[in-house]
Amino acid sequence: MQHIFNSEGWELEVIMEDNKSQLNLAGWSCPIPLINYPTIVLGHGSGGKMMADLIQHLFAPVFNSQLLNQLNDSTVLDLKEILNSYPSKRLAFTTDSFVINPIFFPGGNIGDLSIYGTVNDLAMSGAKPLFLSAGFILEEGLPMNSLGIIVSSMASACKTANVCIAAGDTKVVNKGHGDGIYINTTGIGIIPEGINISISNAAPGDVILINGSVGDHGMAIMSVRSGLEFETTIQSDTAPLNGLVDELIDATHEIHCMRDATRGGLAAVLNEMAVSSNVGVEFIETAVPIKPEVNAACEMLGLDPFYIANEGKMVVVVPENQADKVLMAMRKHSLGKDAAEIGRVVENHRGLVTAHTRIGGNRIVDLPAGELLPRIC
Amino acid sequence: MKYIEEYRDADLTKKLLKDLDNIITKNWTLMEVCGGQTHSIIKSGLDQLLPKKINLVHGPGCPVCVTPLELIDKAIALASRSDIIFTSFGDMIRVPGSKTDLFAVKAAGGDVRIIYSPLDALKIAKENPDKTIVFFGIGFETTAPPNAMLVHQAKLQNVNNFCMLVSHVTVPAAIKALMDSPDIEVDGFLAAGHVCTVMGYWEYEPLALKYKIPIVVTGFEPVDIMHGIIKSVSQLENGIHIVENAYARSVVRGGNKPAQAIINQVFEICDRSWRGIGVIPQSGYRLRGEYADFDAERRFPEIQGIETKESEICISGLVLQGRKKPNECPAFGKECTPQNPLGATMVSTEGACAAYFQFGRLGIRSDHGR
Repeated sequence: MQHIFNSEGWELEVIMEDNKSQLNLAGWSCPIPLINYPTIVLGHGSGGKMMADLIQHLFAPVFNSQLLNQLNDSTVLDLKEILNSYPSKRLAFTTDSFVINPIFFPGGNIGDLSIYGTVNDLAMSGAKPLFLSAGFILEEGLPMNSLGIIVSSMASACKTANVCIAAGDTKVVNKGHGDGIYINTTGIGIIPEGINISISNAAPGDVILINGSVGDHGMAIMSVRSGLEFETTIQSDTAPLNGLVDELIDATHEIHCMRDATRGGLAAVLNEMAVSSNVGVEFIETAVPIKPEVNAACEMLGLDPFYIANEGKMVVVVPENQADKVLMAMRKHSLGKDAAEIGRVVENHRGLVTAHTRIGGNRIVDLPAGELLPRIC
Repeated sequence: MKYIEEYRDADLTKKLLKDLDNIITKNWTLMEVCGGQTHSIIKSGLDQLLPKKINLVHGPGCPVCVTPLELIDKAIALASRSDIIFTSFGDMIRVPGSKTDLFAVKAAGGDVRIIYSPLDALKIAKENPDKTIVFFGIGFETTAPPNAMLVHQAKLQNVNNFCMLVSHVTVPAAIKALMDSPDIEVDGFLAAGHVCTVMGYWEYEPLALKYKIPIVVTGFEPVDIMHGIIKSVSQLENGIHIVENAYARSVVRGGNKPAQAIINQVFEICDRSWRGIGVIPQSGYRLRGEYADFDAERRFPEIQGIETKESEICISGLVLQGRKKPNECPAFGKECTPQNPLGATMVSTEGACAAYFQFGRLGIRSDHGR
């Protein structure tokens, strides 16, 4: 994705990677009064004219959502209309807050991350994501330019993921009380009939699949984090997984578990599954796809790639007789090209995850104790 | 990854395991000196593949584990001050002091920053002229050259709002202390490859001779470790006790001379206290007189009075000397877990107790051969 803006930072054009969908925001440039404030000031959250300007000249045109244009205290959703398109009895509902630092990183920014993160959480229960809310906590001094880029990438992320921002809120906090920008997104999705996917559904004998390489997002962030900067070509894998999930559900209704491997990485997902489903989990280290540059960066910092965060990777657990079908469906999708079978759900060592090591040994892969810390030697 | 993958090769490791099986006739206890080796042995699962006649015991070479509690309390006292930015390598942050750790200090408002290169501390000092930047200078001979360079550069560039809390230790003195202790049961040492990359291995030759014990310079990947074990066992089976280099792609006998030069320029040998072991004579570094202004304990004399007491039930000292297995500790897995560690050996992934905790839970062989 490429952003183009003029010297004042006001004419934005977002070019998607596939060059198909272009979001031209030239129309929303507004010299007054926003231009008088090249950064966010407390007044932008005051509820007064400055806030109205921010909404009218930035959020509304960029998000271009009819639901947002209702401009009521709460957005009214037409249930009948939804059920006509998606006959179902169950909704999925989730919320997530994004406090990532730095806010711009190789492969994305806090904006698209905040859309894809919530879309993916909805998709993991098999739901079709429909509506999102976006709550912004802006720190005084955030460059207006940065906010413009973030909001426009949220809009293009919504388009990519086929979801709509239906409600929003903005607050401004004093300088020093935030990290530039925090975003909360909450999402509602609808779960098709006949789908029952849960982290507690794994059964011994099930096959564990992943849709691609692990560790890309976390290492991309570390490569630009202050104090740790290193040169690399690693890009965050941030992406909406709902399209891929649709394909998998088309392939089989027998998916037992799906979870995106975000914080805590692959190791955290497998541990959560082992505990919630009361099963043992075994995976083969060499079967897990890891990009050479991610592996090298992990070696350098003394980190284990299985613990590193992802934003476009998911673990899928299916009965053995469905595994080939699901793996094929994954590999056909652009976000599953490197999909692989990585392990099995087992009867023994319930609640524990073990890895079969490269040289033929075994080790326990536990939940990380806390924040991942580079080792001294 | 070139030069790493080759040393994790499964077929080669299996071949070396077979070679070892062919030459070993008696039970031998080898100590892997370095925590990095312990980490690699556990992570690769090599411990489960070794012949039962090999007993690996973990040595004192985990910098996080041997840094005295007192120093950690001093670090915490400094990091809590509003006029100080406290900088440290990552895994020291989680090590508990007597009452709290550096993470908690950060949460309470202390400015604690993890840095990867010691020279980053100098950058932070220049960017924050109204604060004093303290760097937690810990570790073995491996981290000594960059830490020495940091102090040297600070002096050279007149960065006076910087100082270092020093707790540097050295390997040969620890091996000597272990061999001098009466109930040590170690037949050979796998010396730490990284330390020898800096220092060379000539200083181990008198030790091998005096204590009649093989010392083999060993790397960190499974193939490296197998190479070190085979050389040690081969010596033991043939009644030989010399220093051998099983990490020749990185280590030469004389070591890295420029690195040694900067160590010698900035540091001098001193007695050092090792966590859980006590004071070992001539086993560490302190800043030389001409760099004394950069000594945090001198800059902030009020921390010199801090005295601490270790947990009464923790036996990490005995574990660090290879005299007790972690699971022989009464607190192991009960009062003491990685989430609630009593001693540093339960904190770091390189710590023997943390490693044992993992494997004990699976019920697979956790005793490394015993």
